[in-house]
Amino acid sequence: MTSAARPSIRFRGHSLIALVVVPEEPVPDWLAHLDALAQRSPGFFASRPVILDMSHLPHDKDSLRALVGDLFARGIRVMGLEGTEEAILGPDLPPVLSGGNPTGQLDIPTDRIKGQANGNGTRRPASLLVDKPVRSGQSICFPDGDVTIVGSVSSGAEVIAGGSIHVYGTLRGRAVAGSGGDPKARIYCRKLEAELLMIDGSFRTDDEVQPDLRGRPVQAWLDNGAIAIASLD
Amino acid sequence: MAKVLVVTSGKGGVGKTTTTAALGAALAQGGQSVVVIDFDVGLRNLDLVLGAERRVVYDLINVVQGEAKLSQALIRDKRVETLSLLAASQTRDKDALSEEGVGRIIAELREKFDWVICDSPAGIERGSALAMRFADVAVVVTNPEVSSVRDSDRIIGLLDSKTERAEKGERMEKHLLITRFDPAREMRGEMLKTEDVLEILSIPLLGIIPESEEVLRASNVGSPVTLNAPLSAPARAYLDAAKRLRGEVVAMTVPTERRAGLLSKLFRRAA
Repeated sequence: MTSAARPSIRFRGHSLIALVVVPEEPVPDWLAHLDALAQRSPGFFASRPVILDMSHLPHDKDSLRALVGDLFARGIRVMGLEGTEEAILGPDLPPVLSGGNPTGQLDIPTDRIKGQANGNGTRRPASLLVDKPVRSGQSICFPDGDVTIVGSVSSGAEVIAGGSIHVYGTLRGRAVAGSGGDPKARIYCRKLEAELLMIDGSFRTDDEVQPDLRGRPVQAWLDNGAIAIASLD
Repeated sequence: MAKVLVVTSGKGGVGKTTTTAALGAALAQGGQSVVVIDFDVGLRNLDLVLGAERRVVYDLINVVQGEAKLSQALIRDKRVETLSLLAASQTRDKDALSEEGVGRIIAELREKFDWVICDSPAGIERGSALAMRFADVAVVVTNPEVSSVRDSDRIIGLLDSKTERAEKGERMEKHLLITRFDPAREMRGEMLKTEDVLEILSIPLLGIIPESEEVLRASNVGSPVTLNAPLSAPARAYLDAAKRLRGEVVAMTVPTERRAGLLSKLFRRAA
């Protein structure tokens, strides 16, 4: 078997939000606008994957190559093309993308960004607020950050968060924190009656919770790979 | 403005059909015009509880599929003039219901009645989904025990997401009706406490119906308990609940059985 001798090749799916840039005629004016934007918001295109949507601009291979070159000169690297034909592309141009999901319009920042812009610095911290009870059979899933629930989580309901979970009510259902692999995530609740607590893959069922902690306000965190629970009052 | 009310619970055997009959009759006794619809296609019971089983000619499915007119299928109660029944079909199943057909019938009934009461089947499948689909108000029937409470919780979640009102972003009015309540067992800690049920479900309480033989007796003679034994504890609880549905403020009590005099015993036998 030859395959045993060779290390296997690893594939992984990856999804990300790309910035779709739509050039319009006349191109020199459009590029001037782009320069103005880049000057107002330095770093706007930094570390962002950019897709060029050519559907609003009649073009051929040469003009497309020139435009990609113009963008490259401005520090914008195009990772893929939309609204054009495979046939006119050569190996020196980015590939045509398919299977992407369109998302909403991106707000272009109008204020000059203060200080040094870095890739992550401009992103808002993500959190989800749920201000009603989570009922049996419902599942709140928020892989991007913390979940705060103002109300109770019923038996048979589950809350899954990439970050920490805060329940201002009774936690009766399942709480899964740090779902994307965050051992620093915690679970807080005002009254612990949970069926299951899980942080970064480690879990504790109701049976394994000390009886004197039940019904109390508690926090749970990961201590050397095991879930620790302590009263908050 | 007509109100469409769904009586639902998730779990079976908690008293949905009894409640539909009793609340429907109580509202009708108060002068409102009421139609009760049985959505339990294939396992119909509401006709029995209302004593109309021998008068069913056309049913909900016939009307949904356009085989009969609504006026032909509505059965008027013999005791209370303002109460009508739209029976379910016993020989069909729930797949015979279409959302479009149910929506059309409910819109038509809204024109004619003050209250359209939909008796939901147990479960969370097509039958119960369509029973709640067009409702403005829900009465969630719950017994004070854990499995019933959890199922009700699930149903409340569906009422807040799968009804037409919820999808339009409007508020779905929900009321909790605790049935088969036994004060002695609650005292002994054999049942969930009312305050715990309210804490878990967190919707307003419409009433507490005490466990009583009168309920079973009324079902067996085919008459809603509010008509068959209007002075009994469950009947008084249902009559109070009906008043609260109409917006009256009635103090929340759990009626207890009055000691029946000889006269009323004789009277009940005769009924």
